[in-house]
This record gives sequence, C-alpha cells and structure tokens, in this order.
Amino acid sequence: MEWRDQGLIIGVRRHGETSAIVELFTSERGRHTGLVRGGRSRKMQPLLQLGNSVHAHWHSRLDEHLGTYNLEMSRSRAALLMESPTSLHGLQWLCQLLRLSSEREPHPVLYQTAMIVAEHLSDAATCGALMARFELGFLSELGFGLALEECAVTGSNQALNFVSPKTGRAVCDEAAEPYKARLLPLPKFLVDTTFAVEHDDLTKAFALTCFFLERNIFGPRAQAIPDARGAFVSGALEKMAENSLTHPQQNVF
Amino acid sequence: MADRVAGPEIERLIQLLARLPGLGPRSARRAALHLIRKREELLAPLSDALVVARERIVTCSSCGSIDTSNPCTICRDVRRDSSVLVVVETVADLWALERAKVVNGHYHVLGGTLSPLDGIGPKDLNLSNLTERVSDGVKEVILAVNATVDGQTTAHYITDILKGSEVKVSRLAHGVPVGGELDYLDEGTLSAAMRQRSIV
Repeated sequence: MEWRDQGLIIGVRRHGETSAIVELFTSERGRHTGLVRGGRSRKMQPLLQLGNSVHAHWHSRLDEHLGTYNLEMSRSRAALLMESPTSLHGLQWLCQLLRLSSEREPHPVLYQTAMIVAEHLSDAATCGALMARFELGFLSELGFGLALEECAVTGSNQALNFVSPKTGRAVCDEAAEPYKARLLPLPKFLVDTTFAVEHDDLTKAFALTCFFLERNIFGPRAQAIPDARGAFVSGALEKMAENSLTHPQQNVF
Repeated sequence: MADRVAGPEIERLIQLLARLPGLGPRSARRAALHLIRKREELLAPLSDALVVARERIVTCSSCGSIDTSNPCTICRDVRRDSSVLVVVETVADLWALERAKVVNGHYHVLGGTLSPLDGIGPKDLNLSNLTERVSDGVKEVILAVNATVDGQTTAHYITDILKGSEVKVSRLAHGVPVGGELDYLDEGTLSAAMRQRSIV
C-alpha cells in the first residue's frame, strides 16, 4: 500500500532513539500517522516541526499498519511562527483541534481552511477572525455545525444577531427580544464575510465558539479547553486593539 | 538449539546494558563481553562508580541540575556571575554550554518543555522557584531553550512570567550554524537568519 499527498504536521512523538511518529493532516486522507525513520536526526529536526507543510509519501505492507513516511518540506512555517507568542499559541491550538478529528477520515474543506489559518497566524490583523471562522468550520465538520443562515423562529435572514445555545441556530433581533439574556451574541462577520471585524465582534465570536466547543467537543471527552486557546485569544484581541488604534476602519477581508 | 548461551547473571547484564541509549542487544552483548574480559580494570571500577552514583547523586534544590552535593558545584561557585541566569531545558543542555565555555553565569534547568501533545504543563516543569531566583540580584535571564515549537512556547511562557520584573530577558539567536552551507539549509532557518542578521 502506498500513497502521496500534501500534509500539515500536527504532531511529532519520539519513537526509540532515532525515529519519530509523525501525525499529518493531509488533504485527501485527513489525520494520518506514520513512522519517520531517522526522524530525530539533525537533518530531519527542522522539518519535523508543527505547522510545516510537507509532501508525504506513505507506504506499508497492509493498509491498517502504521506505515512509514518519507517527507519532504513544501512550506517551512514553524520558524516564522516561533517569533511571536500569539502565533505559537495559535499554532498549538490549531494542531490540537486537528488532532481531535477522526483518523484516516478525509476532511478536504477543513484541510483547506487549516492551511489558510496556518498561513496567516503571523498576521495580527486577520489571525483572530480566521481562527474564529475555523472553529465554526471545525464544529461543522465534526457534526456540530451552527445554522446561521436564517432565524430559527421567523425564518428571516435579516438582523441575525443572536444564537440559541440550545439548538445552535441563529435568532433575529425581533424574536430574540424576550430571551436576550439567555442567547449568545452573533457577530456579523461570522455570517457575512464583507463585514469588517471589530474588537467587540471578535470577543463575541470567540465566546460563541468557546461555548459550543466546550459543550460538544471537550465536555463529552471530560477535558477542559486547552490553555493554548485562551493564550491565543487574549493575544489576538490585544493585537486587534493595537491595530484598530492605528488603522481604525480597516476591513481585514 | 538453546536460546541461552550463558548463565542468567550474564544474560541479565546484557539485558540491562541493552537498555542504555545507543546500545542494542548485539552491542550490549559485545559490551558485556568486554567488561567481563577486563574485569579488574573496567568492571570493578564501573560497578563501584555506579554504586556511588546511585547513592550520592541528587538534584540541586536551587537550579534543578544533578550533582553529588546540594546545592550543586555551579550554584556554590562564587566566581560565577550571579547577575546572569541561563535557563536550559535539560542537564545535557547545561553540560553542552559548560563544554563550550560561553557563559559564566548560573543556570536554571527546567527538566523539559511545555508540550500539549505530551500533556506537559507549567506545573510539570521546574518553574516554581524561578521568579524567586530572578528577584535575587539577577539582571539578565538568557533563555537557552531549543529552537523547536515546544521550546519557543516555553520561552514565551517564561518571558510572560518575568514581565513584571526589572530583569532583561534575552534568547539565543537562530540562524546559520558554523560550517553550514546555505544551499543545504531549510527555508525556516534561512528566513530566521535573514531576519536576525547583524551589521558588520
């Protein structure tokens, strides 16, 4: 058995004295692990860093075996992301999320969005909004998608400013009026990409995704949301506040 | 054919030697034979040294390094510059810096790096007394951690911890190693080297 694909490195574990078990998130096969012989060598260490993109050649005698990877760098990203703590926390959080996906199950859309997020993690203006969108997309890929296209009560697609925590469906202003205190605010940029992202919107977006990630992904696994997310969110919000002072009306998309 | 060619004591010796880094069953067999052949010159002093190591080696309560005394030799050395504290991941890194004789300060051994994948958090590292040590006359903290994602995450975490103090925090440069040819370097190292270029 063998295949070739593009992949993002999302995990590396030592194996024995010289090898490593590498976890890739590939474009056609989703999360896939394999053994890299000599993975702890001086030559391979710069390649086997989280966030790097690789050309992967996987082969094994049987499909269900761990198999062996031959990897070649296609985009070295780790060194750039190491410069800023927010980028590093974002990378750790991105990899932690991707590691929760089922093994060997293709998620081509998730792969594409993960690559966009990884590419922009060092961009202070866009990384927060992209991550919030990615978290929504991740929930959707794992079967917990939010229905944000129309109001759950009236069917309207106007003034959708709230989300029901029970159903994960959008609620318009009119229908939300009596229940506002119990609903989660929905920032406009999550529904319409043409909207500029403000600091408050990003705070609301992260609060929204945090609620559903906790309830649907981490809660059932009896895990807390990793610290890397909190560190990334506060870093991204801080950078956005600094950015909005220097470029008040900038649209990040 | 019998599996064993020697008594259980020799087999046990081979099994234990095979657990050492760099040794497999075959090389462990060769090492065991060599030790047995040089019983007086090598085996006896080695076994004595192992007994002494087992009984006397302790972890330094101040820096986290290993030595036969607590505080360790480096922490007790009054000729060292007490205003410089070098933070390293492991004792092996400390020894590497000491071999290179590039810094004359004191050390702080973390005992690893933050690694969400392996479930290693701040509580698993030797960070509890770091701020206390820094407040004791230290002017510069050098973060000599590995240039890996986990290493740099740890470096940023320590920088955050020390943000409130007056101390200067620096880290090792990333870039072209001595003897390295640009053609063979990965793009990440090249870009780090270019960003951190210095004026000559």
